[in-house]
Amino acid sequence: MKLLRRALPHPLLTLLLTGTWLLLVNGWSLNSLVFGFLLGWLIPFVTAAYWPDQPKMRAPFKILAYIGVVIWDIIVANFVVAKIVLFKSNTDRKPAWVTVPLDLRTPEAITVLAGTITLTPGTVSADVSDHGHALLIHCLDADDPDAIRDEIKTRYEARLKEIFE
Amino acid sequence: MDMILEIAVSFFLVTGGIFGIVGSFGLLKLNDPMSRLHAPTKATTLGIGGVLIASILHAILAENHGSVHEIMIILFLFVTAPITANFIAKVHIHRHETPESLPGAGEDTCWATHAIADKDEG
Repeated sequence: MKLLRRALPHPLLTLLLTGTWLLLVNGWSLNSLVFGFLLGWLIPFVTAAYWPDQPKMRAPFKILAYIGVVIWDIIVANFVVAKIVLFKSNTDRKPAWVTVPLDLRTPEAITVLAGTITLTPGTVSADVSDHGHALLIHCLDADDPDAIRDEIKTRYEARLKEIFE
Repeated sequence: MDMILEIAVSFFLVTGGIFGIVGSFGLLKLNDPMSRLHAPTKATTLGIGGVLIASILHAILAENHGSVHEIMIILFLFVTAPITANFIAKVHIHRHETPESLPGAGEDTCWATHAIADKDEG
């Protein structure tokens, strides 16, 4: 087990890189699988300095459900924002800054949360507080900033907490 | 069958195009820098997404081979777009916002961009 750990320091990263290589090659063959695995095995050694500790995932399969929720929200929010852009005059629109206090502590989880917030149209994550306990979010049109904060906390953060912590 | 395929491909192409246009129009119409930042997120998500789905469908049904390149493009975009947006937002905070013009940082003292600015001056 210890030997395996040393031979494969980042099994998840290896798997991800192998998958990425197969997608880049855009086809399936034993050749590309072997070469992809070779890359996936070597790159973690080269980049080990940037991964001081490995993110632990408690429930990796919940990521699929999370991705589903996010894609659905992106589609819905796109229509909402398109409506705001096309039909709402600039004077009626209420842009607002919102502070979202974080329960998440691992940097990877916070990064994923910030990315999700930016990708769903209507909200952009702008900054993190100096000790990483809150996110600063800009909303395109916020009648009720508290509702947006609560939605982010229940819809995304709770799920990420289950996955990462 | 060909008919349905063509309708599906054109549907996704047109959807992607519409959201691309709305995104660009938003860049012109919105009137403050932070709000303008919202417009391109639409172009990257549904705009590019629609075009890429059309491309996958076309490859499978018209050219008779699977194509997964497009998934990589979506993945790379989804990983890089938030970083770019975050950098632009940080520049805006650095140049146009003060700790007083932003809401409080919860249990911490200030936002990271201002914490670094203070260090530089002090």
